Amino acid sequence: MKPDPITDTFSGDRGLRLEEPLLFEQDRSGRCGVDLPAPPKVKSRLGGLERKGPIGLPGLSEPQVVRHYTRLSQKNYAIDMGLYTLGSCTMKHNPRLNERAVRMPGLADLHPLQPIRTVQGALELMEQVAHWLKTLTGMPAVALSPGAGAHGELCGMMAIRAALDDRGDKRRRVLVPESAHGTNPATAVACGFTVDPIPADPSGRVDLAAFREKLGPDVAAIMLTNPNTCGLFERDIVEIADALHKIGAFFYCDGANFNAIVGRVRPGDLGIDCMHINLHKTFSTPHGGGGPGAGPVVFSDKLASYVPLPFVVHDAEGFRLVEQAFDGKSFGRLKGFHGQMGMFVRALAYMMSHGGDGLAQVSGDAVLNANYILASLKSEMSPAFPGTCMHEALFDDEFLKGTGVTTLDFAKAMIDEGYHPMTMYFPLIVHGAMLIEPTETESKDSLDRFIETMAALAKAAKEGDKQRFLDAPRFSPRRRLDETAAARHPVLRWKPPQPASETAE
Amino acid sequence: MRYLPLTDADRRDMLAKIGVTSIDALYDDVPKRARLSKPVDLPDHQGELEVERAIAALAAKNLNAGQAACFLGGGAYRHHVPAAVDHLIQRGEFLTSYTPYQPEVTQGTLQYLFEFQTQVALITGMDVANASMYDGATSAAEAVMMATRVTRRTRAVVSGGLHPHYGEITATHARFLEIDLDLAPPDPEGNEDLIARIDGATACVIVQNPSFFGHLRDLRKLSAACREKGALLIVAVGETVSLGAVESPGAMGADIVVAEGQSIGNALGFGGPYLGLFAARDKYVRQMPGRLVGETLDVDGRRGWVLTLATREQHIRREKATSNICTNSGLCALAFTIHLALLGEEGFRRLAALNHAAAVQLAERLSAIKGVTVLNDAFFNEFTIKLPRPAAGVVDRLVERNILGGIPASRFWPDEPALANLLIVTATETNTVAEMDAFATALGEIL
Repeated sequence: MKPDPITDTFSGDRGLRLEEPLLFEQDRSGRCGVDLPAPPKVKSRLGGLERKGPIGLPGLSEPQVVRHYTRLSQKNYAIDMGLYTLGSCTMKHNPRLNERAVRMPGLADLHPLQPIRTVQGALELMEQVAHWLKTLTGMPAVALSPGAGAHGELCGMMAIRAALDDRGDKRRRVLVPESAHGTNPATAVACGFTVDPIPADPSGRVDLAAFREKLGPDVAAIMLTNPNTCGLFERDIVEIADALHKIGAFFYCDGANFNAIVGRVRPGDLGIDCMHINLHKTFSTPHGGGGPGAGPVVFSDKLASYVPLPFVVHDAEGFRLVEQAFDGKSFGRLKGFHGQMGMFVRALAYMMSHGGDGLAQVSGDAVLNANYILASLKSEMSPAFPGTCMHEALFDDEFLKGTGVTTLDFAKAMIDEGYHPMTMYFPLIVHGAMLIEPTETESKDSLDRFIETMAALAKAAKEGDKQRFLDAPRFSPRRRLDETAAARHPVLRWKPPQPASETAE
Repeated sequence: MRYLPLTDADRRDMLAKIGVTSIDALYDDVPKRARLSKPVDLPDHQGELEVERAIAALAAKNLNAGQAACFLGGGAYRHHVPAAVDHLIQRGEFLTSYTPYQPEVTQGTLQYLFEFQTQVALITGMDVANASMYDGATSAAEAVMMATRVTRRTRAVVSGGLHPHYGEITATHARFLEIDLDLAPPDPEGNEDLIARIDGATACVIVQNPSFFGHLRDLRKLSAACREKGALLIVAVGETVSLGAVESPGAMGADIVVAEGQSIGNALGFGGPYLGLFAARDKYVRQMPGRLVGETLDVDGRRGWVLTLATREQHIRREKATSNICTNSGLCALAFTIHLALLGEEGFRRLAALNHAAAVQLAERLSAIKGVTVLNDAFFNEFTIKLPRPAAGVVDRLVERNILGGIPASRFWPDEPALANLLIVTATETNTVAEMDAFATALGEIL
């Protein structure tokens, strides 16, 4: 046996870095990771539709399965391991109390279609979450059911469509800043609107003059993120809201960045008509490798009667779920059953833990941490806009000019230093954008180490140590992966190896 | 406060570095009148013990399904989940990771999603599956929208056996996208004729198997009729465990398969979060919604995985994207894929067989009760019974005996007297013979 040329070990593993084949490559026919009793003999009622032939699922025992996923887990970066700087994603600590709460049998083992009187506690919990969200946003109504932020966008924009339809208004143009998340234009189109981009001004905010020029009787709404995707508060937000309302249009606020203002500013006081809240950002429900999330939407009085089904009401009889439209105004159903209950439980545990007082400290510390990074790196890196920021610090690639190092290279070098890179090349209006969001759950020591590392990397790039960046990452479980080849010849599932004769053809 | 690491001394030092005197000064861009001068009117922060107590008190006001004999289905199923599943999904490296945008440090997530996609493709009998959607219901709506893109037609036929939530969500989207839905009436007998509704303008037919009322149907004729008219056949599966016993939708000619994946690996959780399975024929992959993980090599030539075909997605294509979906159900997909890995071929088939056997045993018991008729010839683990009086009241009486005895059709169709006496019941491997006997006895006595 010769050593593996990459790892210089005989096994191909290296210390704690362990290779792991696919489940399908560990298959032994007849092996199983569960012990189930033999089914009782009954006369089949499958109507002759019994499955024929093998499915192809691999057979593994429990120890193999536990080891498989443990090894896979160790190939991931996570908040639990270190600073996860991904801007606009609010990668804050996920408290374990939330996980304990959601697993209480009285919440986890509830069927969504149990008789209403057997789920009074669940409905009361939903009502409490609604109360917290309405109070924190200063809005009179909330729809809890959307499954994620983008789903919440659909919810808000559908309510706007329903309100327009209700008054026989055919206006369809939606203004979306060029700096917006991609979900915004995609949502508008999914609700039958057209998208009209509005540019940013030199300060990174909506260009107010350009916005006013776009106004007209066919404008249905704006979709505006605030604080925006450049990490800045839209100073003219009240003027924007007033101008929209004057022409009969609506204000959809994307609440992805609510963490910057929670407990300090109520969006309802800014004149918005609806806003989604990502419970998996501001309220710490775990991101879980891409989901699930939850995207409740708060509404102004103007839109409150169009909220989707179902919703909870409370009267002398107790809590009830309204599952069918009764006044014909609700725009209908958007999600199976009653929404992301598991996320409601986690978010409530989080909100109760912080309280009204603590949530103001949450946003304050999140903004402080981001500004500390911005202030500490402003001479080594190049801030995209002058002044202070909200919860995330945005840099452009000006400081890398002439170094031969790109934003991507810089990000990959951060991996070697033990950090998850920031959001790259977003927002689109900033060249080579680097969007860093530390969140409030990062200590000053952690930030200081990060700042020193980033400054050292910037210095290395400027001093011509290009190779460090071009070779990066060197120390991760995999080095740079060929994404072009993956897209050109998609291999989207495992298939059994072809016999040699077929491969030869 | 336990989740906040900054001390007051830290804050002072940091403010000095920034060059401002207070955190409030960092909010100068916020219009003055919108800055709160005092805390919001909500309770102050609490310790872990107090919060746990408060939430436990809410939980105690519920009757959890495990304290009763539970015969509820309707798109959410109570199965035994092996202990290893919940242990593994709580590993912080999975739980607290984000969407795998940086593949070099998220190979764990990417590999399990690739395995998940493969498992979903195998059990549905399809070529390709995505990395999950919010739930089965929203997947159904996405599938109909996808079919209109593929066929460039705007009419969709919706079976009366489709879960009402799946249909209602599809209708919500259809309204705003001007998709013309041909909604078949509720089909408790399982004998609707969808073929007659297909014409040259039909983009797709969406049908559930087993249906919402539990009927299993051979879809091959329907598939042939769709093909003949150039329409796509979308098959929804509400109970994914059925795929361990029943011929796959792919083998019956489906073009797109959507399913609710909750019943493998995931708790009932009062309806969410769940996970949508979404699978299709290879040729439609570029019209699919959601994320896809693909295999590739790194610069050292080692196999690895990346998110791929992202040019369908909102963060690249913006208003031209196939869907606005971003966050999916990653962690629920992880629970699904771990449970299915533990089951494997043998366990998955056996689990399905146990479910079918339990339902057959329950159907025998219930059909023996005077006045009770089972409406299904062929079913998997769920079927519909007709009672001599309204089912909602009967269900309330059963709760008094600690039996969650099925879903009255009136919960979904409160204004349809013809459905008032129908009760949809499910049995899984978690139901004992003693529970079934108790259910049958109680139902006989109540009627």
